[in-house]
Amino acid sequence: MEGFMYPNEVELQWGILIVLYPFLTGLVAGAFILASLERVFRVEEVKPTYRLSLLTALAFLIVAPLPLQLHLGHPERSLEMYLTPHRSSAMAMFGFVYLWYLMAVLVVEIWLDYRRDIVRLAESSRGVKGLLYRALTLGSYNISPAALRIDDRVGWIITLIGIPSAFLLHGYVGFIFGSVKANPWWSTPLMPVVFLFSAMVSGIALVLLMYMVTSAMRRVAVDMRCLDTIAKYLFYTFVIDFALEMLDLIHRIYESDESFRSLDFMVHTRLFYSQILIQIFLGTLAPLALLSLTQMITFPAAARRRIYAIASVLTLVGIFAMRWNVVIGGQLFSKSFLGYTTYKVGFVTREGLLPAVALMILPFAILYVLIKILPPWQEESPFVAEAHGDD
Amino acid sequence: MGEFKDIAHLIRLAGVFLLGLIFFLVFRSVTIPKSFGRYGPFRGAALVELSSRPLSFAGHAACENCHPDVAALKANGVHKSLNCESCHGPLAKHADDPGNVKPVLPDVAQLCIRCHSENIAKPAGFPQVNAKEHSGGQACNTCHQPHSPGFDAGGKK
Repeated sequence: MEGFMYPNEVELQWGILIVLYPFLTGLVAGAFILASLERVFRVEEVKPTYRLSLLTALAFLIVAPLPLQLHLGHPERSLEMYLTPHRSSAMAMFGFVYLWYLMAVLVVEIWLDYRRDIVRLAESSRGVKGLLYRALTLGSYNISPAALRIDDRVGWIITLIGIPSAFLLHGYVGFIFGSVKANPWWSTPLMPVVFLFSAMVSGIALVLLMYMVTSAMRRVAVDMRCLDTIAKYLFYTFVIDFALEMLDLIHRIYESDESFRSLDFMVHTRLFYSQILIQIFLGTLAPLALLSLTQMITFPAAARRRIYAIASVLTLVGIFAMRWNVVIGGQLFSKSFLGYTTYKVGFVTREGLLPAVALMILPFAILYVLIKILPPWQEESPFVAEAHGDD
Repeated sequence: MGEFKDIAHLIRLAGVFLLGLIFFLVFRSVTIPKSFGRYGPFRGAALVELSSRPLSFAGHAACENCHPDVAALKANGVHKSLNCESCHGPLAKHADDPGNVKPVLPDVAQLCIRCHSENIAKPAGFPQVNAKEHSGGQACNTCHQPHSPGFDAGGKK
C-alpha cells in the first residue's frame, strides 16, 4: 500500500473468484453465439462444433454462479434473490437473466436438438442410463419426420431468441461493472459492449480449442474447413473487440478527467505486467498477428492447426487478464486518487487460488459427463444419415 | 389430430416448465414471510419485534435529570452535540435502578483515540493527535476535561 487509502479500500473485497465469474459467463455467451452461427445464419462449415458449443455453453453456465456463491458469506441466502427480488438491484435482475438463458434457451435448445438421439438411446439403453434417457424423453417417443421438422422449426426460433439473450447475459455482466458510477475504472457505457465482444472472442477460442483437443483425443481428423471458418470469425470478432478497447483507452487519454493521472500511474506500475504485457501484447496483439497471418498467407494444414491452437490459448489468457485487470484493477486505487493498494491472492482459502483452479476445472468435468450422456459427434451418431435425409 | 400428436412432446415440455413455475410460486408463498413488503422490501413484522425488545439506552434526558452539573458543563463545550451514552455506553439499567446498577467508567486510553487519532482523511481543523507522541501513555483525562475539552474549561484544558 502506498499514499492515502480510505479505510474501506485497503483490503480488496472482490478477489480472483469475481474475476472468474465474468470469464466463465463470457465463455458461455461466446460458445452459444458460435453455435447460433450454424443454426440461424446457416454457416454450414461450423456444423461439426454445433453440439459441442451448446454442451460447452451449458457446462460453463452451470459453474458460472458458483464463484459468486463462494464469495458470499451466506450463500444459502442467495436464493432469496429469486424469491424477493429488488428491482433496483442489478444483481437480482441478473439472476432472472441467468435463469432465462439457462432454462428457456440453452436446455430447451439442447433437448430439441438431441431429442432424436435421446429417444433412440432410451430404447436401446438399460439400467440407470436407460432410466435417465427415458426421463429425458418426457415420455414422448415420437420422432416422426413431421415431429422432427417441428423440433427444427422451434429450435430455430429458440436460437433466434437465444442470440439477444446471450448478448443480454454477457452485456449484463459488463453492465454490473459499468454501472458502478463511483469507480472511474469501471464506469463507462462501453463496458457492456466491450464485455460482450470479449465474451464472444473467448467463447469462440474455447470451442476452437475444445474441438481440436476432443478430435485429437478421439483420434479423428479435424475438419479444416470448419477450423478455418471458426478462426476467421475469431479474427473478426477479435478485431472489433480490440478496436472497442482501444476506443475506450483513447477516449480516456483524450478526456484526461480527474481520475486519469491515478489510472495512468496504475497502468504503468501495478497493472503493467497484467495489462500491458499479458493482456495487450501477449493476449491480444500476438493472437491477432497470428490469426491475420493465416488470413493473408496459405499455410499447410498442420501449421494452421498449430497457429490456431497457440492463438486460442493466448486469446484465453488475454481475456482472463482483461477480466483480472477490470475486477482487480478497479480496486487497486483510492477514490481519493492519492493512494494505491495491492492484492495478494490466498491459496487454500474460501476465495483463494485453489477454489479458483477447482472452479476452472469443474466445467470441463461437467462437459465430460455431458459428452458421455449426449455424444455430440455427428459422425458417430447412428442417426445422422436420417437427420440429414429430412432436410 | 395428426398435428397434435407431433407437438405432444412440446406440450409435455411446456408442462414441465409449468410444474416448475407452480413449484416456484408455491415455494415462494410458503417461504416468504406474510408481512414482507408491507412497508418496503423487508419483513414488516420485524419492526414490531424490534420495538418489543428491552431498551438498552436510557437517552440523554434521563442522564440530565440526575446529573445536571455534568449536563451544564457539557452544554457549553465542544462535546455538546455528543450523547452521554456515546461514550459511557448503554445505561438503561442504571437509569432504572441507579442505586444498585453502577456504570463502569470508560477506559479513556481506548475511548478518546476512537475519534481523535491522527488520520489524513479527517478535516484539518478537527483535533487529532498521535496518542503515543502526544501523551506518552498518560491517560487523556490527566490533562483534558472530557465533558468540556478546550482551554477554558476550568483548570483542565
